[in-house]
Amino acid sequence: MRPATNLLGLVPGRRPRPGFDVARVRRDFPILDQCVFGKPLVYLDNAATSHKPRFVINTISHYFERDNSNIHRGLHNLSERSTRAYEGARGKVQKFINAADAAEIVFVRGTTEAINLVAATYGRSRVGAGDEILITEMEHHSNIVPWQMLAEEKAAVLRVAPINDRGEIVLDRFEAMLTDRTRIVSVVHVSNSLGTVNPVRQIVEMAHARGVAVLIDGAQAAPHRPVDVQALDCDFYAFSGHKMYGPTGIGVLYGKRRLLEEMPPYQVGGDMISSVTFEKTVYNAVPHKFEAGTPNIVGSIGLGAAIGYLGGIDLPRAAAYEDELLAHATEAVGSIPGVRLIGTAREKASVLSFSVEGVHPHDIGTILDQEGIAIRAGHHCTQPVMRHFGVPATVRASLCFYNTHEEIDALADAVRKVQKVFA
Amino acid sequence: MSELAELYQQVILDHNRAPRNFRAIAGATCSAEGYNPLCGDHFTLALSMDGDRITDAAFQGTGCAISKASASMMTEAVRGLLRAEAEAILDAFHAMVTGRGGDPSALGKLAAFSGVSEFPARVKCATLAWHALRAALEGRGAAVSTE
Repeated sequence: MRPATNLLGLVPGRRPRPGFDVARVRRDFPILDQCVFGKPLVYLDNAATSHKPRFVINTISHYFERDNSNIHRGLHNLSERSTRAYEGARGKVQKFINAADAAEIVFVRGTTEAINLVAATYGRSRVGAGDEILITEMEHHSNIVPWQMLAEEKAAVLRVAPINDRGEIVLDRFEAMLTDRTRIVSVVHVSNSLGTVNPVRQIVEMAHARGVAVLIDGAQAAPHRPVDVQALDCDFYAFSGHKMYGPTGIGVLYGKRRLLEEMPPYQVGGDMISSVTFEKTVYNAVPHKFEAGTPNIVGSIGLGAAIGYLGGIDLPRAAAYEDELLAHATEAVGSIPGVRLIGTAREKASVLSFSVEGVHPHDIGTILDQEGIAIRAGHHCTQPVMRHFGVPATVRASLCFYNTHEEIDALADAVRKVQKVFA
Repeated sequence: MSELAELYQQVILDHNRAPRNFRAIAGATCSAEGYNPLCGDHFTLALSMDGDRITDAAFQGTGCAISKASASMMTEAVRGLLRAEAEAILDAFHAMVTGRGGDPSALGKLAAFSGVSEFPARVKCATLAWHALRAALEGRGAAVSTE
């Protein structure tokens, strides 16, 4: 039975903290106001990509309608406006993650490109034969394959710290795998398939105690948790714009300035040089050294707008509300007989992965879709995690602050409906 | 619910619960794997042939209800058929689930899969084992992928 809800679709007694007004927030996201197969859309695939608030959509439209121009090269007014907006977005990102310097913010296509960049530059210049790269068993394929390729190229060793059956990194095993041959550690902040929030501050301390640099994959963390790269003291931090209410095709690599300056360039071409002759090229200063070619200008500006929007949301408050939603989902779905939760870490954020006895996740996905509920079914680009838990795939409901308690109840009802179809 | 009921017909749910010919064939004439890396569905199909006639067909592996039921009903449908007859069914089945016409009634019990054409994301599930059948008949034993 679905509990009675009030006008906001909230279950009494499960109200968000005062000041978080989910009904108002939902009005900011025009896409949410629609029906799918005749049912109100329940969008629970936020870990794949989030929706965009009207403020982001309008900022992007305005840019194309009024300011569109190339940056860093035009003498004309439109180019100056575009350049100001692009570099302004960099400043917004800097403040958003509390980087010490805007030059430490490199715009990339997304988290995947950020990790590839570090592997191809820092990695290639620091990792040699017999050296070690340390990751964990819960990494996304994009935080496995670039290191695998690097290890192959350099005859280095890719080491993988194990996770336990709750889906947490076994920290003492991780620490024991840090050796005097470890050259870089790359760890996910929040797992996309398990929801685990990793103790990244502690991981950075462990690695730094041995002089090892740390990259944190923050793709699933940045949309849900305030990130402070100086407090974390991580060497690199990567995240994507489209998972945090911005457009696709834009992401961020944060790197400590000293490291970025020492690293060779990634791609080469226009905008990343300060002078070119056929004898010698002098590279531009960071971050431009890593931004060859005309960048995704509107993407950066859209990401800046998303950060501006989040500034008005109050992220810590939104995170507390998301935690309430996740606790509700864990109880409502986890208590259904035959449901197995995959990923039960003590520290979790926004992701509920589960399987239903006797029903393949893809069949669940199809039936939920007919109920207007969008979830993801599959291995979530974390096949080693699936192997660890002995499942081919899971159903993943991923939440964010525009979801409601009523939507969680609709999910639980739909799972029961799946069981009826397959009874 | 009507399209959903069309997709998950009782015969499909039954074959999912209790797949037929779900076994290995000792001394099979040919076999092929069907693998969808995106969803992890993975089947091995084995055939025994007497000349051009399929004398036995069986499969093993894991997958969703649609892919498993499709594999199960396919092994029943092709047993005893000549190679050319099996290939004709294969083509008709493919046309039906991709919504490219054909006469579902000519497919007998396999017409239960006609609802798949309303679910484009599930066409690959329904055709996985059939891709393996084609590979096995053509003597391509390596894994075939629907991606």
